[in-house]
Amino acid sequence: MSEATPKSLEVSDEVVIDISHMHKWFGSFHVLKDINVTVRRGERIVVCGPSGSGKSTMIRCINRLEEHQKGTIKVENIELTDDLKRIDNVRREVGMVFQHFNLFPHLTVLENCTLAPIWVRKMPLKNAQEVAMRYLERVKIPDQANKYPGQLSGGQQQRVAIARSLCMSPKVMLFDEPTSALDPEMIKEVLDVMIELAEEGMTMICVTHEMGFAKTVAHRVIFMDEGEIIEENEPDRFFNNPQNERTQLFLSQILSH
Amino acid sequence: MSEQKRKYPPGQHPDLPPPLLMSGAIFWIRSNLLNSPLNVVLTVAAVFVLYQLVPAILNWAFFDAVFVAESRKECLALGSGACWAFIGERSDQFIYGFYPAEHRWRVNLSFALMIVAVIPVLFAQIPGRGQLLWFAIAYPVIAFFLLVGNTILGLEPVETSRFGGFMLTMIVGITGIVVSLPIGILLALGRQSEMPAVRTLSVLFIEFIRGVPLITLLFVASTMLNYFLPPGTTFDLLLRVLIMVTLFSSAYIAEVVRGGLQAIPSGQVEAANSLGLRYWDSMRLIILPQALKISIPGIVNTFIGLFKDTTLVSIIGLLDPLGIGRASISDIKWSGLATEVYVFIGAFFFICCFSMSRYSLYLERKLETGHQK
Repeated sequence: MSEATPKSLEVSDEVVIDISHMHKWFGSFHVLKDINVTVRRGERIVVCGPSGSGKSTMIRCINRLEEHQKGTIKVENIELTDDLKRIDNVRREVGMVFQHFNLFPHLTVLENCTLAPIWVRKMPLKNAQEVAMRYLERVKIPDQANKYPGQLSGGQQQRVAIARSLCMSPKVMLFDEPTSALDPEMIKEVLDVMIELAEEGMTMICVTHEMGFAKTVAHRVIFMDEGEIIEENEPDRFFNNPQNERTQLFLSQILSH
Repeated sequence: MSEQKRKYPPGQHPDLPPPLLMSGAIFWIRSNLLNSPLNVVLTVAAVFVLYQLVPAILNWAFFDAVFVAESRKECLALGSGACWAFIGERSDQFIYGFYPAEHRWRVNLSFALMIVAVIPVLFAQIPGRGQLLWFAIAYPVIAFFLLVGNTILGLEPVETSRFGGFMLTMIVGITGIVVSLPIGILLALGRQSEMPAVRTLSVLFIEFIRGVPLITLLFVASTMLNYFLPPGTTFDLLLRVLIMVTLFSSAYIAEVVRGGLQAIPSGQVEAANSLGLRYWDSMRLIILPQALKISIPGIVNTFIGLFKDTTLVSIIGLLDPLGIGRASISDIKWSGLATEVYVFIGAFFFICCFSMSRYSLYLERKLETGHQK
C-alpha cells in the first residue's frame, strides 16, 4: 500500500451502494436481518464472519443474484427491484468474482473475457480482444490467452475471473471468498492482483477470511453473524479493540493459528 | 532409513523412461486374457465359439455365396451359401420403393446433395464451410422439389405414396432427426421456465407423447386426423408421418437435454448473470453448448432409436424396407430367402446407425476441452 495517500483521502463522498433496512428470507428462514451498509466511491470494505452468517448472501443481493424481500438496495442510484432493465443496468456496473471461479470451460481464456463486452456492451471483436489482452496482462497471464480454463491452475483461473469482470469496466467489484478454494501458494498471487486493483481506486466489497488483506487494504471491516451486522469499524480498531463479544470470539478463533 | 547409497543426490534425479515390457502382444494376452483361472476358461470358451461361428458365417456370406443367378433353383445349383443374386435383382425396389424408374436420377441427385449439405454441418474443418452452410439451410427446399416434383420447374410430380425402401427410411429418419433437435431443446428450456403457462404446456406435451407408443401416433396420423379436419382436405400421408415422428422424437430429446441442463453447475448461470448477460444470450453462449455436449450420448442414442423406429411406418401402408422385404419374400421364383433379405436390411441399418455412433464419439472427442475441474 503506498504510504503517500492516507486511506481516508481515497474515498469520495459519492455514495455508490446504499443498503437500507434490508431483510431477506429463504422460505421461512430469516437469513438477513436489518442490513444497513453505505459504500462510497473508492471505499474498500471487507466482510467477515462465521460460515452461515449471510455475508455471501448479502453481497449477492447487491447484483441481484439473490432477491431481498424488504428494504431497499440502491447501486449507483438505481434501486434494485424486479424490473429487468434496472437489474441489467446494475449488473453492468457491478463485477463479481466467485469462490469457485465459474469460468466458462468450453471457451478459451480470451473468449471468456471478450464474451460479455461483445454481447452486452456490443463491442466489436477486435476492440474486445484488445481490452481483454490488456487486462490479462494486468493480472500477469497474457501468455495463457488461448488456453482453456481446465488447463490452468487455480490461482491462474481466479486471475482470469478477475480479468473477465474487469473487462466490463465495472464501477464496483464484489469478491465472494476469492481465495478460499485456492492452495496456499496461489493465494498470494490472487491477493496481489486484488491489492493492485485497490491501489488504483476500485470500489471493492470483499468477503474473505484473509485478515492480512483486510488490514492492508480495507477502509472498513464489517463483522456479520447469524444474518446481522454485529460490528463495523476501521481495521486498526476492529482488530485491536473489538467491542462486541461475538467479534472477540470470532477473532480469537480466526487469528489463533 | 536404509544405508543404501542413492544413485543421484536429492533433487537431481532425472526423468527416466519406464521399463520395457517383456513383449507387447504376448504381455497383453497374458495380463488380460490369461491372468486368472476363470479368465483362462472364458478365453478358451470364447475361442471355441468363434472357431465354430466365424468360418461358418464367412462361408455363408461370402465364399459359398452366389451373386449372379436367375432364380432360387439356379442359386442352389451354383452354391450352398447366401443367394445375393436375389437382392441384386430387387435392389432397385429396396432402395427406391416404387419411385418411377425414369425419375430415379432425382433421388440420386437428392442423396448426393444431401451428403454435400450434411458434411459442413457435421465437420468444422471443411474449407468453404460458411457458404456450404447456406446451402445446407436451403437443402430441404431443394430436396422437396426434387423428390416430389413441381410442374413449374419441369419436374414431373411423383406421389409420395410411391416413396419406399431405404429412400423412405432416410427421408423420415433425417427429417425427424434434424427438426426434432431444435424443438426438443426449446421444450427442455420451456420445462425449466419460470412462466407457469410455458412450463405446464411443455410438461403436458412431453408426458403425453412419451405416454403413447409411436404406432398409436402413426395411426392417429393416418386415420383419426381425417375426422378432425374439414372433409375433403387431403393432407399428404408422408407429411403427416413426418410431423408425428418429429414430435415424437422431440419429446425424448427434450428430456435428454433437460438431463444435460441439470448437470451444469449453477455457478455458470450466476457468472453469466453477473456479467450482465440476459436469458437467451446466456443460454445460447454458455449453458446450451455445455449441456448439449454432455447430452451427446443421450441425443445420438435417441436418434439411432428413431432411425430404426421409422420401420413402423409399414403399419400404415408406407413402403419401408421391411415392408418391401416381406413383399419380395412372397415371390415364388425366389421363395425361402428370408435370411438374405433380413441380413441385407440389417446391414443397411447397421451401417447407418454405427456411423451415427462413431460420429458421436468423434464429436465428443473434438469438444473435449479438458474441463473436468
